[in-house]
Amino acid sequence: MRISKAWIVATKDMKIFLRKKYLIYSLVALPLIIGIGLPLVLHLVGAKKQALNGTALLSVINAFSFFFGIGAGVLPIILASYSLVGEKIEKSLEPLLATPITDSELLLGKSIAAFIPSVCAIYISSIFFMGLSDLWTHNILGYSYFPNWNIGLILLAVVPLSALLSIGWSVIVSSRATDVRAAQLQSTLIIIPFFVIYIMTEIGAITLGTKTIGIISGVILVADIILFFLSTKTFQREEILTKWT
Amino acid sequence: MITIENLTKKFGGITAVEGLTFQVKEGEAFGFLGPNGAGKTTTIRMLCCLISKSGGEATIGAYHIGKSADSLQIRKMIGLVPDNVGLYDDLTAFENLDFYGKLYECPEGRRKENIERFLKMLDLWERKDARAGSFSKGMKQKLALARALVHEPKILFMDEPTANLDPESAKTVRDFILELKKQGRTIFLNTHNLDKAQRVCDRIGIIKTKLLTIGTPEQLRESRSKPKTEIRLAQVTENMLSTLRKLIPNKIEVSDNKLLIDVTDPDKENPAIIAAIASTGGQVREVTQMVPTLEDVYLQIVKETK
Repeated sequence: MRISKAWIVATKDMKIFLRKKYLIYSLVALPLIIGIGLPLVLHLVGAKKQALNGTALLSVINAFSFFFGIGAGVLPIILASYSLVGEKIEKSLEPLLATPITDSELLLGKSIAAFIPSVCAIYISSIFFMGLSDLWTHNILGYSYFPNWNIGLILLAVVPLSALLSIGWSVIVSSRATDVRAAQLQSTLIIIPFFVIYIMTEIGAITLGTKTIGIISGVILVADIILFFLSTKTFQREEILTKWT
Repeated sequence: MITIENLTKKFGGITAVEGLTFQVKEGEAFGFLGPNGAGKTTTIRMLCCLISKSGGEATIGAYHIGKSADSLQIRKMIGLVPDNVGLYDDLTAFENLDFYGKLYECPEGRRKENIERFLKMLDLWERKDARAGSFSKGMKQKLALARALVHEPKILFMDEPTANLDPESAKTVRDFILELKKQGRTIFLNTHNLDKAQRVCDRIGIIKTKLLTIGTPEQLRESRSKPKTEIRLAQVTENMLSTLRKLIPNKIEVSDNKLLIDVTDPDKENPAIIAAIASTGGQVREVTQMVPTLEDVYLQIVKETK
C-alpha cells in the first residue's frame, strides 16, 4: 500500500469539505458546544451559582470529558458519509477506480480525510474545554483540574479509536445508502453506546477513572478491528461498481 | 495491443458477455456497437480491470486482465471516459485534472503542461478555474475526455462519449477523437451512434452478449446489404411491372410512383431496367442508387438475433 496515493485522495476530499458550508458548520458547531458550551454550563450552574460542591463538580466535569469520545464518533460520520455517498452521487467512482489505485489505498484516503479534520477539531475544542473549565472551577476546587490522566486517555485513546469506529461503520452504511443524509442518520446509531456510557457516568453507575477509560478503549479497539475487516470486505471495486452505484 | 479470447462475464445466473474473441491493433480506432444491455460497458469494465472476468483471457499490451499484479500496470496505460462523466463538481476544471494526474503519477511539470494543452485543445482553458459543477453537459464531457488523457495513455476507452450531447458539442468531441486517432492512440469506442462509428472507427464489432460480426465499415456494409435502385416514375403500370419481372427476377417493391429494385450489379442492370421501363412507355423522373448504410447493416444483424 502506498500512503502517497491515499494522501492524494485525502487532500482532494478535504479540499471538497472546505467548499461545503454545511460540513464546515458541522465541524465547527459540535466542537464549539463541547469546548465552550460545556464549561459555560459548569460556570453558570456549578461554579457561579455554587449549586455543586467540589465532589459533584468533579463528577460532572469527568462525565463532560467523555463528550470528546462522543464528538469523535459524530464528526467522522458526517465527513465519511459525505465522502463515500458523495462519490456515488457524482458517479465519480468509475473513473477513480480506473486509475492505478488499490481499493485499500482508496479506503485509507477516505478514512484519513474523515479522521484528520474531525480529530483536529476535537483536539482544538479540548484546549478550550480544559482552559475554560479550569478558569471557572478553580475557585471551588482550589486547583486546576486539567490536564489529568483521564482527559489524556480520552484524547489519546478514546478519541482516535472512536473516530476510526465511526469511519468503519460509515463505510458499511454508505455502501447501502444512496443519499448523504440517510447515510449520516443511519451511521449515528454507532454513537448510542457512547451516550449510554455518558448517562451511566452522570447517574453514578460507573466512575470514569483511568481503568474504566482503558477498558472502554479496549472494547472500542476490538470493535475497530472487526469493523475494519467488514469495511474492507465491503470496499471491493467490483462490489462498488456493480452494487454501490 | 488488445487481445481478447473467449472473454465471458456472468452476474449470478445472467450472462452479460459470452465468448468474445477479437483483437485491436496498436493505433487502431475500434468501435463497439450494440443495443442497450448488449454487454458493451461490461466489456470495457473488464478490460479496464474494474470488474473481474468469469472466463476466457484478455491482454492489454503484455499484461493480463484478472491478474492483480498486472491490473495496476494496465490501469497506468489506459484512459477511461465512462458513460457518466463523474467529475467532482466542487473542484475546478484544473483541480479535477490535477487530481487525476497525481493519481496517474504524472510528474508535476508534465502534468501541468498536459492539463494546459488538453484544456486549450478542448476550448476549456479560459474556464480552468471555474468549478466543474458550473459547466454545461458538453463542457463536462470534454473535461472528462481531458481527464482520461492527462497521463497520455496508450489506449483510450470511451463509453458513449457523445451520448446526450447537442450536435455542436458532439462534433467537437468527435473531431477531438479523430485528432487523437491521428496521433496514433489506440481507441476503443462504445457507441450507439452509427454515424460517428462510421466516421471515426477503422473497424467495428457488433455485440449482443456475443460478438455478432466484426470488420471495417465497408466490409460490414458489403457483407450484409445488397444494393438497391430506386426509380421515381410518372406512373407505375402493370405492363411495366410484368416486363421488369421477366427481365429481372429480383425483388421489386412498389410504393406510390416509386420502384425499389434489388440489384446485384447496378452498372450493368440499371441501363437495362431503364430501357425496359422506356419500352413500356414509362416516364422516368429520377434514378437513385441506394447505398446501404451501416445502420441498415446494424439493424439487420441485431434483428437476426431476435
